[in-house]
Amino acid sequence: MDAPSQAAAGAHAAHAHAAPTGFIRKYVFSLDHKVIGIQYYFLALLSVLVGMGLSLLMRIHLVWPQANIPWLGHIAPETYLTLLTMHGTFMVFFVLTLAPQGGFGNYFLPIQIGAADMAFPVLNMLSFWTTFVAFCVMLAAFFVEGGAPLHGWTGYAPLSALQSSGPGEGLGADLWIISIALFCAASLMGALNFITTTLDLRAKGMTLMRMPLTVWTWFVTAMLGLLAFGVLLAAGILLLLDRNVGTSFFVPSGLVLSGNLVKHKGGSPLLWQHLFWFFGHPEVYIAILPGMGVASQLLSTFSRKPIFGYRAMVYAVLAIGILGFLVWGHHMFISGMSPYSGFAFSILTMAIGVPSAIKTFNWLGTMWGGRIRFTTPMLFAIGFVSLFVSGGLSGPFLAQPQLDIQLHDTYFVVAHFHLIMGVAAIFGIFAATYYWFPKMFGRMMNETLGKAHFFFSFVGTYAIFMPMHYLGMAGHPRRYSQLTELGYLHNLMPLQKFISIVAFITIAAQFIFLFNLLWSLFKGKKAGMNPWQATTLEWTVPSPPPHDNFGGVVPVVNHGPYEYGVPGAASDFVMQTDPAGAAGAH
Amino acid sequence: MATAFRNTSVLDRDPKLGGGGPIDITPPKRWGGDGDGNPQYRDRRRRYRLGMMIGMAAIIMFFVSLTSAYIVRQGIGNWDSRTGQYVTDWVPTKVPGILWVNTLLLLFSSVTMEMARRRTVERALTAQQFGIDGEQRPFPWLGITTVLGIGFIAGPALAWKELASQGVFISTNPSSSFFYVLTVSHGLHLLGGVLALLYASVTTVLARPLDTKAIVVDVTALYWHFMDGLWIYIFALLLIAK
Repeated sequence: MDAPSQAAAGAHAAHAHAAPTGFIRKYVFSLDHKVIGIQYYFLALLSVLVGMGLSLLMRIHLVWPQANIPWLGHIAPETYLTLLTMHGTFMVFFVLTLAPQGGFGNYFLPIQIGAADMAFPVLNMLSFWTTFVAFCVMLAAFFVEGGAPLHGWTGYAPLSALQSSGPGEGLGADLWIISIALFCAASLMGALNFITTTLDLRAKGMTLMRMPLTVWTWFVTAMLGLLAFGVLLAAGILLLLDRNVGTSFFVPSGLVLSGNLVKHKGGSPLLWQHLFWFFGHPEVYIAILPGMGVASQLLSTFSRKPIFGYRAMVYAVLAIGILGFLVWGHHMFISGMSPYSGFAFSILTMAIGVPSAIKTFNWLGTMWGGRIRFTTPMLFAIGFVSLFVSGGLSGPFLAQPQLDIQLHDTYFVVAHFHLIMGVAAIFGIFAATYYWFPKMFGRMMNETLGKAHFFFSFVGTYAIFMPMHYLGMAGHPRRYSQLTELGYLHNLMPLQKFISIVAFITIAAQFIFLFNLLWSLFKGKKAGMNPWQATTLEWTVPSPPPHDNFGGVVPVVNHGPYEYGVPGAASDFVMQTDPAGAAGAH
Repeated sequence: MATAFRNTSVLDRDPKLGGGGPIDITPPKRWGGDGDGNPQYRDRRRRYRLGMMIGMAAIIMFFVSLTSAYIVRQGIGNWDSRTGQYVTDWVPTKVPGILWVNTLLLLFSSVTMEMARRRTVERALTAQQFGIDGEQRPFPWLGITTVLGIGFIAGPALAWKELASQGVFISTNPSSSFFYVLTVSHGLHLLGGVLALLYASVTTVLARPLDTKAIVVDVTALYWHFMDGLWIYIFALLLIAK
């Protein structure tokens, strides 16, 4: 080991903790960011199964409202509302927030910047276990009297603010709010850790502009989380007080519920919407930004070309992060806001198209002329770009108040956000899984199964969500349990049936992934140190990495993260740790 | 592995944030030699300070949200069809006088906290440089600050009692709701600081090195001053925007 490396090793690991020996400290209450990352990932996997199951029930009910579901029986309209509430909640919070950031971010951010662990390992562990408690509390809402809430994942008041406003709005709704509050606290701990780690624990030579774009997106996502989750926490506390103590923050005067005048008075339902969406819109970027980082990483790696416009990509991520805090009002165009406010929110929303387009064109530019390797992770990365574009293009439509009044609360919106932040982010998670699985578990995933999974998921996603644009334009409202009786929707029923059937096939195809994941854990082909011939630091250590990531040697970084096809180099990639001016002989 | 990490070699990280610096750095000046106690004191302190400042940003957002809700809720009027006017249900809450005493208490505690911080950091420095505890019977600044902190938390409790005796509870009107929410939220945050001070006080019992205590006290002091400023902000909001 050369002197600088030794030196860095000593100082670098100042915070490092000894490798645990007992099962509990090693796998349960672990301080190791890699174990915590895997814990987050599997919690997200569990959540996605719950969320997917709920969507399956919703799709059955929409098309066959009288169907008798085994164990559940007939789905009542209020049960349908519960299904969509909990589907949205599990998916947005416990899947799209957890897997990309808590899972992969936790596992790979420290390694990619050359650190032995997160800055505050105990806080990291606390963050995961608080999230786990939040998950259990959320799940418990299904089993209490009245069941889970029906106020939607947005928790709009006054529906969410009154215990008697519907089944599930009693204890179930309280548990929902408590779970979200716990989730907020956990996310704040995580965000604090990510930011401190990125700023303070980078290895020598790992300048900001040498950080992989994945690190940049985890870093910006953490900043969004830091500034957004505190707002939701405050709003959640006020909502709990409205429900249980009799305050009137969000409940207006003169509200009559089941023939009775409610005691609350003077509150503002719009106040909840402002507070919620001030969190809610950045949350969209919390879900999607890590996917952008993964796509950038993979498109460059598998096109064997440097990322096109690295700096522009960094600035675009920062711009998206900043603009994400200025556009929450576009969720509220129909709330009767001043046309001037609507105009401002509209312009700012459309402005997000600029950095988004920069990223998209740079992704295309990265692939252009590359020697593309169509591996499974690459296919999912390309799929991410495709879904991001398809979902993104409907954004400028919805960003215009005049159009949004027509399209608001229709399936058009469902199509838009599922494509751009739902499935695109899920594709990012899949891409990351196929890409990093060898590093995390030391085995390769099966490529044939992976490609089959991609094909069904990609085609299925488009077949499910593209027709929803037509449903929305035809005036089909979302959130309603049963509209089969309405004459003007009769003609749309075959389309709904088509969507449901494709959804069943696509959901079934996810079991290919699940099987591949579990099978490869034990039977997958052994992975080498750098199976993808990639350049970043995680590929310089064994698969899986040792407890302290670098075995006591901390890398010194001499290169940028995307040095592929360097002229004069011996091979087509130069590792970040190669000596300065290295010819990249691997 | 961890043992090897403890032995810092000649070269080390430069004291600025991150790894953006050149690779051939000059060794930073540090306290003590290699491997005695915890040679990475300065790195750790910087890291914890940074973490605390980032945490403070989240706390600011929490109170900014409450403030924005406060201002919006205060400005909401309801249309009264009988009078044909907008009326508000906001009844200003008279801030109990005890909170003035409380504010002075907290300001004073910031001074004692700073004294505690300086003394503890100096003791850690002396201990690392000379291997001795430079001040065997230190003035109990830390204990005084802890007592003042607990005293401060008792202040709002007396204020709530006073309001309750006047029939003003959390759900009485929106102004009182915010009074309780803001004071309880601040009190809970300050309680976190008190717990940190209690932890610092027992570090010796827990056989933690002095520099760990110094970092806890140093970072808690940062938090404490922040809580002080935050309280003055909340108090001003309750007094001015009532």
